[in-house]
Amino acid sequence: MTTPLRPRRSGWHPPALTPAYRSTRLRAPTQAPLALPSAPVELRGPVFGHADLGPLDGDLHLNAAADGQSAIGPRILVHGQVTDEDRRPVPHTLIEIWQANAGGRYRHKRDGYLAPLDPNFGGCGRALADADGRYAFRSIQPGPYPWPNGGNDWRPAHIHLSLFGHAFAQRLVTQLYFEGDPLMAHCPILNAVPSEAGRARLVARLDLARTEPMDTVAWRFDIVLRGAAQTPFETRPEGP
Amino acid sequence: MRETPSQTAGPYLHIGMLDEVGPALIGASMRGPGARGEALTLIGRITDGKGAPVADGLVEMWQPDADGRFPPVSDPALSHVGRCACDADGTFRFETVRPGAAPGSGAPHAAMMLYARGVNRALHLRCYFKGDPANADDPLLRAAGDRAHTLIARPDGAAWRLDIRLQGRGETVFLDV
Ligand SMILES: [Fe+3]
Repeated sequence: MTTPLRPRRSGWHPPALTPAYRSTRLRAPTQAPLALPSAPVELRGPVFGHADLGPLDGDLHLNAAADGQSAIGPRILVHGQVTDEDRRPVPHTLIEIWQANAGGRYRHKRDGYLAPLDPNFGGCGRALADADGRYAFRSIQPGPYPWPNGGNDWRPAHIHLSLFGHAFAQRLVTQLYFEGDPLMAHCPILNAVPSEAGRARLVARLDLARTEPMDTVAWRFDIVLRGAAQTPFETRPEGP
Repeated sequence: MRETPSQTAGPYLHIGMLDEVGPALIGASMRGPGARGEALTLIGRITDGKGAPVADGLVEMWQPDADGRFPPVSDPALSHVGRCACDADGTFRFETVRPGAAPGSGAPHAAMMLYARGVNRALHLRCYFKGDPANADDPLLRAAGDRAHTLIARPDGAAWRLDIRLQGRGETVFLDV
């Protein structure tokens, strides 16, 4: 892609400084970012293909499990479509996935939470969207976990996602939450997103139609990346 | 339909973005054997508003080859994309080649993005190179005014250095691109 991208609108993404999320206090730039049209460098980005993925990259039940074993936790399928802001599919984009295990523990040297590691769960995966931007991966539902933020803070269950799109300026790193989780209302990271409409876009919805009976619960999570800049002559209705 | 809102990559970004579990797809060694152009070792240290190192940070680089070209018509010995997690001192280090000038891009530069706990939306910046005569006419450096030096790497021994200050005195110019 080398077409210019639509400028990002202020007030939609979380601002840099959200004091209730304490780590932002010393890490948020104080100056507004310098707004410029993306240059040719930012309008291109790396291209990935099936050769970059292993056969189990999209199956977190199995991709770190011993032979004949499987990760512990509620079995879930997460699926959806990656589109741009004009609802055009973004084909073949790479999605990187990481998450805590069913007890809320990350397989990371700096995570010392009481909940035990699951020897059969790594918490890392990758998926490649198809020609229509559709993606899916299998995992276990992650557990909530406590984190040091100055009080009694718990992260709602969430999955971290990183998407490349087709341009470096289209890159998106975000988190997926689960419909109905009561911890969402108390999370300063999710609530860094200013609007209710914005926060709702981070919540995966139960998808009974895709549930596999006696096997796996399905969750739907559609993802929107930045779209091409519109000419002044185009007018499209803008939904949330 | 607006873009999906950003969330921080958090302190455990290494699991999904590097090789804590599986093999890394993108690493800090971008320069393969036989890559054309001038070898470049780019180092930098990321610090917060109190000057403390951002040890959990991760930096991505994306750049043209030494001739200013991109895939699929560029040097196959160069990985145009790189990733490096900071060490305990907040320092990152890339092995690449000095980028050439991409047509229509102004002075030669690499694009960079920074992720860390406490960074709600990834920070965009660019790395230019001190002494390049094209810097004087680069639109972005001109727009950055007296803070432009925060985007210009300078020689440091055999390497080049671009330190990143997230907040306060000497704060890096971050971009809304
Ligand atoms: Fe997390």
